[in-house]
Amino acid sequence: MNLWNAIVIGFKEIWAHKFRSVLTMLGIILGVSSLVAMSALVKGMENGMKEALVAIGGLEKVEIEAQDVPIHQKHLEDQAVGSTVHDVYALQRSAPLIKLVTPEMRMSFGRGWGGGGSSSLATKGTRAVRERLNLVGTLPSAIEMNQHVLEYGRMFNEVDDENAWNVCVIGAAIRDQLFGSPEETGYDINPVGQTININNQPFRVVGMFQRYESEQEKKLREIERNQPKVAQTGPERRRGWGGGRGQNSWVYGWKNATVYIPLNTMWIKFRSGGAGTNSVPDPRLSTLFVKVADIELLEPALQQAKNVLMHTHKGIEDFSFRTQENWSEGITTAIRNARMSGGFIAAISLLVGGIGIMNIMLASITERIREIGIRKAIGATFSDVFIQILVESIVIAILGGIAGIATSYAVVHLLTVISPTENTPVITLNSLAIAFLFSAFVGVLAGLFPAIKAARLDPIQALRYE
Amino acid sequence: MALVELRNVSKIYHLGGEEIRALDDVSLDIDTGEFISIIGPSGSGKSTLMHILGCLDSPTRGTIQLDGTRIHNASTRELAAIRNQKIGFVFQFFNLLPKLNVLQNVELPMVYSGISGRERRRRAMDALKLVGLENRSKHRPMQLSGGQQQRVAIARALVNSPRIVFADEPTGNLDSNTGEAILTLFRQLSQEGRTIALVTHDPEIAAVTPRRIEIRDGKIAKNVDPKLAGLAASRFTDHASHSRNTTTPPPLG
Repeated sequence: MNLWNAIVIGFKEIWAHKFRSVLTMLGIILGVSSLVAMSALVKGMENGMKEALVAIGGLEKVEIEAQDVPIHQKHLEDQAVGSTVHDVYALQRSAPLIKLVTPEMRMSFGRGWGGGGSSSLATKGTRAVRERLNLVGTLPSAIEMNQHVLEYGRMFNEVDDENAWNVCVIGAAIRDQLFGSPEETGYDINPVGQTININNQPFRVVGMFQRYESEQEKKLREIERNQPKVAQTGPERRRGWGGGRGQNSWVYGWKNATVYIPLNTMWIKFRSGGAGTNSVPDPRLSTLFVKVADIELLEPALQQAKNVLMHTHKGIEDFSFRTQENWSEGITTAIRNARMSGGFIAAISLLVGGIGIMNIMLASITERIREIGIRKAIGATFSDVFIQILVESIVIAILGGIAGIATSYAVVHLLTVISPTENTPVITLNSLAIAFLFSAFVGVLAGLFPAIKAARLDPIQALRYE
Repeated sequence: MALVELRNVSKIYHLGGEEIRALDDVSLDIDTGEFISIIGPSGSGKSTLMHILGCLDSPTRGTIQLDGTRIHNASTRELAAIRNQKIGFVFQFFNLLPKLNVLQNVELPMVYSGISGRERRRRAMDALKLVGLENRSKHRPMQLSGGQQQRVAIARALVNSPRIVFADEPTGNLDSNTGEAILTLFRQLSQEGRTIALVTHDPEIAAVTPRRIEIRDGKIAKNVDPKLAGLAASRFTDHASHSRNTTTPPPLG
């Protein structure tokens, strides 16, 4: 008997006992669909996390942060200069493995971001930024370093920086607060050309970044737009950080609250006595970001940067590197854990499905002892009967697997409808293939014992069986 | 050389320490083209003899040759192939597969001998013509009468052109008219030169065959052979001796 005949017989057997077969398949269907849906959820989670990682600048971005002078150099502490703009030029000149160097000079104005007092860092007429605001003096390369995309206008350029002009590029959240958000006004306001006050100095807005948000925030916003606003009762309240949002959404909020001004403008207008009471110029940068040319060469690039900086810092190691590797590893670990636990549960449910198949196959061969006797009497060998029963079990499992894959699409769709703000589950071809192969494997495993039992039947006794 | 040669065959079962000799030192020859019956009351060992002759069972002692092949120590796989190619079975309870239609039932032995679908269909239809059921090929066994079902079973037994056909109480489950018709069919097949062995407990049925072997307590009690006795005991003797000259059964169609 060839395989094709065995498959045809398998299908006929299944068709002859439709209800029983469907019930048997249900175990496999549930197992496969839970396996696929689980891996789709994990994949969605992974995508969300990676999206955030890219938004913050990717793995290639390394922060050079100030650090206390090490204990063996304590006596040199007052000679430590910290990171200055000289480092930027030195790195650009002498570290070819570093693709991009972006200095950042931040300013503390007493009220940090999140301050909600009566005075505000940035105002426009009667409106003021009440939520967080990141005022950063930097170079034009910041747009590439932090993966910003312009919605309107332009980034300030070297000329703006050279002349320390009062120009700024703002994030979407700043625009929303100073000019009105699209939800409020009904249309998207272009702030380019307008003037705003930053720390009581007039700045011309030359560009605006687009709104950064994760897929899930975008969906949330669309849902809110489609639903009538529920009037808030009671006193006005904020819900604190990240209420109801994904754990990575702070990245987007942080980027949206950006106000970029030229580095020189920052230094001259706010740092070197122009505005402050402290008249001693402070050339220190808050942080320095570098981007390595090739992530594969992260180690040598950092070594190169260190060599250059040790020179400019007069051999005082008052800096350290912070990479995104930890974050990346954190993502990998979280994904692996989720996959492990979900996979374990799905594997158990598939196993239970397999036990169901074995059970029904054992019942089925008991019903068909006489048939098996007849087949053996007219010339079926051990392997003929073995293959017939095994193929039947595999056919049930594979049909269950296919139905399970179809069901998993429905399950994933259902999950998206029930909880639209979560990361979109992504069904990958890999997970489908694994689920399918696993169900076929379960079919083989479940059919093995019944098939051996059937193939070993003695034809004489089987023919006598009533 | 005879088609089937049994020499000193014994089959011994052990039931709770007790030794049961289902067959005790049986020697028997069946020639090509013979029409014989094996008779005996139930428990006499005739079924055991048929199982051993039909390669469904192996003897405890003794040797068997079928068509020149020694089968007493063949593997189960070889026995399955011999059953498939050289032996046809007809049973008391027809033993058709209820889920298959008539044509598929007749095709079944050829499925196990690896014959292509078209060839299978052609030969199965020829076999059905032989038993007069070619217009019932699409029916299910349950839609047929007992006699018709037995004819289908006979067609299935013949479809691989076996060297010998064993019929175990083929009329035992039929009324006497239908049974008579089935026996007539066997007689007709025998006249065409096929080797047929009827197994029965009924002397009346056994009377239709020229040669009769009576089994009692696992031994051959009586071997009525017109050839040996020189008797023209049966009206089929002429046909039987005529067909003995042909060494192979005629192919179907």
